[in-house]
Amino acid sequence: MKRWESLFWPALVAATGLTVWALGVRLTHTSIFPSPVSVYRGLVELVSKGLLWRYIADSLFRVGSGFGLALVTGVPLGIVLGYYPVAFKTINPVIQIMRPISPLAWIPLSIVWFGVGNLAAVFLIFLAAFFPLVMATINGVRNIPEIYLRAGHNFGLSPAAVLSRVMFPAALPQILIGLRISLGVAWLVVVAAEMIAVDSGLGYLIIDSRNAGKRYDLVVAGMLLIGVIGLGLDTAIARLDRLNFIRRGKSL
Amino acid sequence: MLKSALALDEAANRKAKTKLTIEGVGMRFSEHGKSVDVLDSLRLEVSEGEFVCILGPSGCGKSTLLNIVGGFLKPTSGAVYIDGEQVDGPDPRRIFVFQERGVFPWLTVEGNVGFGLFNLPKKEKQERIAHYVKLVGLQGFEHSYPQELSGGMKQRLEVARALAVNPDMLFLDEPFGALDSITRLVMRGELLRIWEAERKTILFVTHDIEEAVQLADRVVVMSVRPAQIRRIVEVEIPHPRDISSPRYLKLRDSIFDEIGLAHQV
Amino acid sequence: MENKDASVVRVEGKHVLGSQRTEASASAIRLRMNAAKYAIAPIAFIALLIMIWQVAADHQAVAILPGPWAVAKGITELALNGLLLKYMVASLFRVTWGFLGAAILAIPFGLFLGWNRRAGAAFGPLIQIFRPISPLAWIPISILWFGVGDLAAFFLIFVASFLPLTLGAMSAVSRIDMVHLNAGRNFGLSKIQLVYRVLYPAVMPQLIVSLRITLGISWLVVVAAEMIAVNSGLGFLIIDARNAGNRYDLIVGAMLMIGLIGLFFDTAMRRLEKLPSVRWGYGRN
Repeated sequence: MKRWESLFWPALVAATGLTVWALGVRLTHTSIFPSPVSVYRGLVELVSKGLLWRYIADSLFRVGSGFGLALVTGVPLGIVLGYYPVAFKTINPVIQIMRPISPLAWIPLSIVWFGVGNLAAVFLIFLAAFFPLVMATINGVRNIPEIYLRAGHNFGLSPAAVLSRVMFPAALPQILIGLRISLGVAWLVVVAAEMIAVDSGLGYLIIDSRNAGKRYDLVVAGMLLIGVIGLGLDTAIARLDRLNFIRRGKSL
Repeated sequence: MLKSALALDEAANRKAKTKLTIEGVGMRFSEHGKSVDVLDSLRLEVSEGEFVCILGPSGCGKSTLLNIVGGFLKPTSGAVYIDGEQVDGPDPRRIFVFQERGVFPWLTVEGNVGFGLFNLPKKEKQERIAHYVKLVGLQGFEHSYPQELSGGMKQRLEVARALAVNPDMLFLDEPFGALDSITRLVMRGELLRIWEAERKTILFVTHDIEEAVQLADRVVVMSVRPAQIRRIVEVEIPHPRDISSPRYLKLRDSIFDEIGLAHQV
Repeated sequence: MENKDASVVRVEGKHVLGSQRTEASASAIRLRMNAAKYAIAPIAFIALLIMIWQVAADHQAVAILPGPWAVAKGITELALNGLLLKYMVASLFRVTWGFLGAAILAIPFGLFLGWNRRAGAAFGPLIQIFRPISPLAWIPISILWFGVGDLAAFFLIFVASFLPLTLGAMSAVSRIDMVHLNAGRNFGLSKIQLVYRVLYPAVMPQLIVSLRITLGISWLVVVAAEMIAVNSGLGFLIIDARNAGNRYDLIVGAMLMIGLIGLFFDTAMRRLEKLPSVRWGYGRN
């Protein structure tokens, strides 16, 4: 496949998609569902009102906080559970039961504990990001080849040094994968959490646009923004991945 | 030196029927504007029922040659003919034996051996499978999965699978490379035993000089890239070959010298 | 040399069989003993948590949140008046149909995109943009198109499952070992035979993992969807229990049921991963 083709085919699909969309709107004479043009105009409107950047910033802030909290609690917990099989066997079943509970099912409880507002939303995001991160870290630690740890002890490293100089780098690839999944989930949930618990942000934009006047052009604009920003976040963290691999070298 | 070797070759082969002809085959790989000549105008003829080893160091292109002969790669120049027909793709009449990882992990031993037999009626298929499982010494493991087998057993499974479809030719690409040296010795004996029972034409690629001299009727010694045939050595020692005999050692040493290796470690 | 080979072969065969047999029975006994021993620790831990929970609930300043006993009673109440079963069935029903519908379309689509480089390049960017869009962001559109009800729920679960399954199938194809495809061609398989005798079994292990993970996602989404877009199911129970009288015992009870069912799905799917025709695909042996 030639170089131009890697631009051509996606462009073709995108153009086809937009055309089908525009035609669909025109042919069904729908008065509610927006056409591509009206979505664009909606975006412009948001920018001119100064709302767009504020909403994006708010959503990113919530993701950052929830994700950051999950990072500082989940990774250490994962390392402990990964390294001590007894701890793992004891605590894992509880994690496995809690994991499938949708963060949104926690909304009533989180409102009781944190009230309506940012804190509740951040809590939900934290919950969503926490579990994948713990699981990935556990995996990463468990899969460290025994020989690496032995080499660490052989060279007389203290336990703390083994942790930071052998275990952590060795588990890092898996942890990074967990970070990436976790960030993706956090982004999915921030949008959902905002639909319910707060009054700003991209998720809020989607629900509010519909409720306050059936502005489906803004709904779709919001969705597209969510998609593009989510993709940006994912790409950024994937880049991080690549950097570390090149520097430290993946395991053989 | 090359000319006289080829002439000797052709004279000897005029009696046996020619099975495979490699005619001026060259292979060039191009990537990002750079091109590498891996093979250069190779000519070779192989007779029916012969066991020919292609010998050379790693990376010299012998696997590429085998892939071309097997029909998995198209040469950039020249062509390969089998039974007079030009080779333009893989064919069940000539089966490629990879290293043991070629075995299908989702099928049992039975499933693997019977893989190519989809056109046969059930009874005949089962008889064939049983015959070849026995031939390679895997009785009792018919319902085992490859992950339960050792490396040597998986290799034997792959040979059984290849033989079950009754091909004319077998191409083996360093099949024993992943096995330990003891198992390798055992497997060479097994392969020869099977070859003498079924008399297929065999092309065997290896980087192991001893292996080549132990197995082959003729050893084709390849040069480094761009690969050409340096020399073809006739091994006219009948099987079973005594690997301590002077005749064997002389042939082996001549190849050592050809490649430029010292006799002392 | 030949006779020696035969005896080595036979010895090798017997050696492997014999040691396998004794090894197998010894490790089976060990496993059973270990299972009993290890079941104690998590059970004890859970019991401990429950006790802490009960104590915390009893000592609340304002008695809002239920203790474990209250939750147990709440679950029993739901079971007795039939709502538990009814709501469980509703949620399971939606997940099953939405998920299956997505699987039937997404898997062949994903396999195709993984196999055909141009198609993969063509749809790749579009998929990457749609993937981060939370299924819940689709709720307004789903209500617009389908109103409030089962159809909206199916749609949401379908949307939530479709892209992950497509990506999973694409990834599975990229991991196929060329050796197997070449062997298939060598034995004279036609293109169609190649697809279902080599491609399909070769992607199975990865597909099952992808199915398991996506089923988990579907389960999360169905609950969330029910909290917003429909009038029955375990998710709805949570919202309804709160609105109709702050029945937090029922809320927590519902959460527990959700967790247990999700765990059940996950365990069942992991069982599938142990099947011998698939087991080879996971990790080193």
